[in-house]
Order: sequence, then C-alpha cells, then structure tokens
Amino acid sequence: MAQGIMVVAEQRNGDIHKISFEVVSEGRRLADALGQEVIAVLAGSGVKDKAAVLAQYGADKVMVADDPRLETYTPDAYVPVIADMVKAKDPAILLVGGSFTGKDLAARLSARLGVGMAQDCVSFAIEGGKLTAVRPIYAGKAYAKVSFSEDFPQMATARPNVMAVNEPDAGKSADVEEAPVNLDDAALKTKVVEVIKDESGKVDLTEADRIVSGGRGIKGPEGFGILETLADALGASVGASRSAVDAGWRAHTDQVGQTGKVVSPNLYIACGISGAIQHLAGMSTSKVIVAINKDPDAPIFQKADYGVVDDLFKVVPPLTDEVKKVMG
Amino acid sequence: MKIIACIKQVPDTESHIKVAPDGKSIVQDDIKWVMNPYDEYGVEEALRLKEKFGGEVVVLGLGPKRVTESLRTALAMGADKAVLVVDDALTGSDALATAKALAAAVKGMEYDLIFTGQRGVDDDQGLVGAALGEFLGIPHLAVITKLEAGEDGKSIKTNRPVEGQTLVYETVLPAIVTTQKGLNEPRYASLPGIMKAKKKPLEEKSLSDLGLDPAEFGTNARKLKVIQLTPPPERQAGKIVQGETPEEKAAALAKLLHDEAKVI
Repeated sequence: MAQGIMVVAEQRNGDIHKISFEVVSEGRRLADALGQEVIAVLAGSGVKDKAAVLAQYGADKVMVADDPRLETYTPDAYVPVIADMVKAKDPAILLVGGSFTGKDLAARLSARLGVGMAQDCVSFAIEGGKLTAVRPIYAGKAYAKVSFSEDFPQMATARPNVMAVNEPDAGKSADVEEAPVNLDDAALKTKVVEVIKDESGKVDLTEADRIVSGGRGIKGPEGFGILETLADALGASVGASRSAVDAGWRAHTDQVGQTGKVVSPNLYIACGISGAIQHLAGMSTSKVIVAINKDPDAPIFQKADYGVVDDLFKVVPPLTDEVKKVMG
Repeated sequence: MKIIACIKQVPDTESHIKVAPDGKSIVQDDIKWVMNPYDEYGVEEALRLKEKFGGEVVVLGLGPKRVTESLRTALAMGADKAVLVVDDALTGSDALATAKALAAAVKGMEYDLIFTGQRGVDDDQGLVGAALGEFLGIPHLAVITKLEAGEDGKSIKTNRPVEGQTLVYETVLPAIVTTQKGLNEPRYASLPGIMKAKKKPLEEKSLSDLGLDPAEFGTNARKLKVIQLTPPPERQAGKIVQGETPEEKAAALAKLLHDEAKVI
C-alpha cells in the first residue's frame, strides 16, 4: 500500500531553492499527522553533495537523480526521472513546490501517473488518513477544498511563500541515495538552447517577500522611478496593475492580478491602484497590505491593513526616507 | 503548417464570483462568458504562423453549447474551421479528463503544432496543456512569451520566463505550446471576418463520436474531488494613517509597519 510523503525539491543553477524548504517543512507536518516518513527527491547536475541539507528541514530520506541532462529543467528529462522515483517508493502523497518549474513538472507528471493533482494550494490537512487541500480558484475570488480519488499518490503543488519553513536542525542528517537515471537520448526532444539571466537582481514577484506595486495613478513609465527607489530601500520587487501594463508602462512579467501573477508577500504596497476586482484577486493573500491613493473611495482601501489617503507622489519619497531610517 | 488552437470559455475577469447553494459550484446567472484570455494569444499566434507558412488553423473547444460563440470569435479572427467537443457527460470533468477528451479529438486530425492558454482563469490548474502533450506523446513547452518557428517549419524555439531568468527551449514538431501574456497582441475580429465566420465549418463531436466511454468523464469520475467552495477569507479594512502633511503620514506609516505590523 502506498506509504509516506515524497517531496520534490528544486535546484536553480545548482543551488537548493527556498521553495524546497517550504515543501519539505509542510511534508514533515503531514508526515507527523500520518505517522509516516518524508522522502525528499532532487534532480539536477552536480547537486548530490548539496541535497543532505533537506534533512535539516524534516526529510527522513533524501534521493538524488544526478545527471548532466538534468542541469536545467525540461519536461522531457525531468518527468521520466521523477516518475521512476515515484514508482520505486510508492508514496501516498507527492508534494511539489508551486514555482514555474514545479507547476509544469507536476502537471505533466500527474498525467503520466494518471492521478489527480491540485495546483497552487495554500493549505493542506490530513482527514481520515487522506490528504485534503485548499486552493484559490478564479485567482482567489473563491477557495476550493479538494480531496483525491482512490489513486495514489495524492498529488499537489504548494503556492510559494505560503508554507511555514521549519527551523533547520543542524543536528539532523540523512543518507543521500542515488536514484537511477534512465533517459533515452532519442526521447529528449526539447533542448535548453539559452538561459537569459534577469539582470535586475530582483526576486520574482511570485517569491518576493515585499512588493511595491503601481497602477494608473502612476501616470506614466517615469512615475515608477520613485517606486523603484522605495523598493530598493525595502529590498522589494516592483509590480504593476493590468492598466499600467496594458498602457505599456511596465513589462508583462510585472503584472499582478487574475491575468498576471498571483502573489503572497509579507508586505504589499499598492500605489495609485484603485483595486479592480481582477487585481485584488491576485494579491489578497498578501500578509500586510498598504494602499496609497488620493481617492478615499478607492476599493483598495477595503482590503488594506493601512491606508494613506494622499497624493502618492508626495507620500512615497518621504516614506522611502523613513524606511531607510527604520531599516538602518 | 497545420495548427490547432484549443480554447476554453471562462467567466470574464471582471465577474464577481458567488458560490452556489450546493457549495460546490458557482452562480452562473450573471456571468459573462468569454474566451479564456490566455487562449486568445494561442489563436493569434496560430494565425500569424499560418500567414507565414501557409496551412490551416483549426480551433478546438470543449464544453457546453455556449462555447460555440467563442469558437465563432476565433473563426472571425481568421481560423479556418472549428470543432466543439460537447456532451452532457462532460459536465464537471476535471482537467485530466478534459485533456483526455481533447487528445481523442486531436488524434483524428493532422497537426504540427497545438496551442492552449497557459491556464484557464477559472480553475487556475494550468494542467490541460501538459496533460494533452502527455496523452499525445509529444513535447510541451509551457508559459511561452516568444515563439520562432524554424524556416523549414519542423522545429520551434520559445522563450519561457521563470523566476529570475528566461529559458530558451528548442523542440521538434509536432509539439504543444501553452501561451502567456506578452506573446502577442491578439487581433480583433473585423466585420468581414465576422460575416465570413458564419459560413465556416463548425463540427460537433460527442464522447461516443470520439470512441470514449462517458463513464470516465463528469463529476463522478473526477480524480480531484471538490469537497466545498467558499468565498475567500474576508479582509477587513484596516486603519487610515493620520497626519497633517504627506511627510507626517509617511512617518506614521513607517512606524506602524515597523512597530505594529513588524514587516520592516
């Protein structure tokens, strides 16, 4: 019978990424509820020595598929390798971090395994020995609680920045088992031909701890300058509403909302954003929301923990100075 | 080049979503149904490739009869013909079952390239494109903002922005691509386009036409079961930061974020 919780860890450019610690920690909590083990699995190239750290966050066992063809994610190479690990260990639950890579891997893997999969979940529980999950749908305009058919593993991805990370226990370690890599080169039809690094040095909005976002009230691309300065002081990433993106002021990759990115930072500062429903849908799982808008009737104030009713161009520069003072 | 663009119909993103009394579905009365915004990029890209390489664009929809309207929109944009997989037994199917039905429909067609939106803005699963690739045994490239087809029309190169970098992938055709905002600016249907669309072929297929067993579809066959839908957790309006001047408000806000919210 299917037993245990398998967690798929993720490496980027050879380093274990934070989302791995989020899902291993969540896997640990579920495993404790079931009285079962956590197996963390990792695919990459030259990553074998780095994987043991996953034990410190709660993995009982660690399995690594190490092969040059796994250096950068392609569905062609990753899906068969992870599927082999699933078949070898027959877990009851398979958790994947909901990054771009994780969501794509999980989607194809669920079809290969023929099991149901819940994407981008914000909480998990064990009820009657089985997994239940809660996932926002309609970009958060409704929440769905879901469970799985009698097929195993029960499979889900976890939204980045949502699952609490366990305090690492330096005293814990695990043997790292090497997983066989059975890849047929002829079946690898997709090649990575180039990796273009984002030079901004900013964390992607989906993983950012703090976000400063601008909307129509910014009035033009140059208006984002003061938001960039505030974001630099906060160590934040910069987002935009759909109207700012559609006006061509910001790149599409900056859009927050139902047709953009869904974000969950600790701090979301909305500047000159009125709060259209499709924008609110994309940021309502932020922990603390600040709205700066000169229209006191803007719907964004109904969702904000702190509202400043004033001209953002007059508030943001002194706010930047105050943030610098507070953060030293 | 033979291209298939898959489309789904979803509630307009301006729609308010209300949970129905059954607790498992949404109230459909006031919903304006539109082509999934991400699917529009697929239809547009398909048309651009056809303009360059020649060939044919088929739009493939799945869902109730009302999806016909979105298929007609795609025909008016310039697609050549439409196929709608429509069957009462499909109601309530999950993403995996949807992909299975689409795969069966695609198997009866010739194709080099298939498009789907990167996700439906209703269920937000982002699963159908990858699963369709799996069931057809062809590569999929997901969440694409740029696509270049090889001069011979036998391969494609695509850009996939992920956290902190953009991955440029090349793959051989046939393949499936899921489309992301930024790929292109979808055209509007012209008036002559709308007139022509009325005469273009639109074929309907039931599950039995596709050789599929209705028992494998619908709510009861779901592998991902919906226990309950709820409205999102309420966020209460918080406090309005007080101050005589913008500077005072800025100082008060920074203090609250530091002392009270403890986020800076």
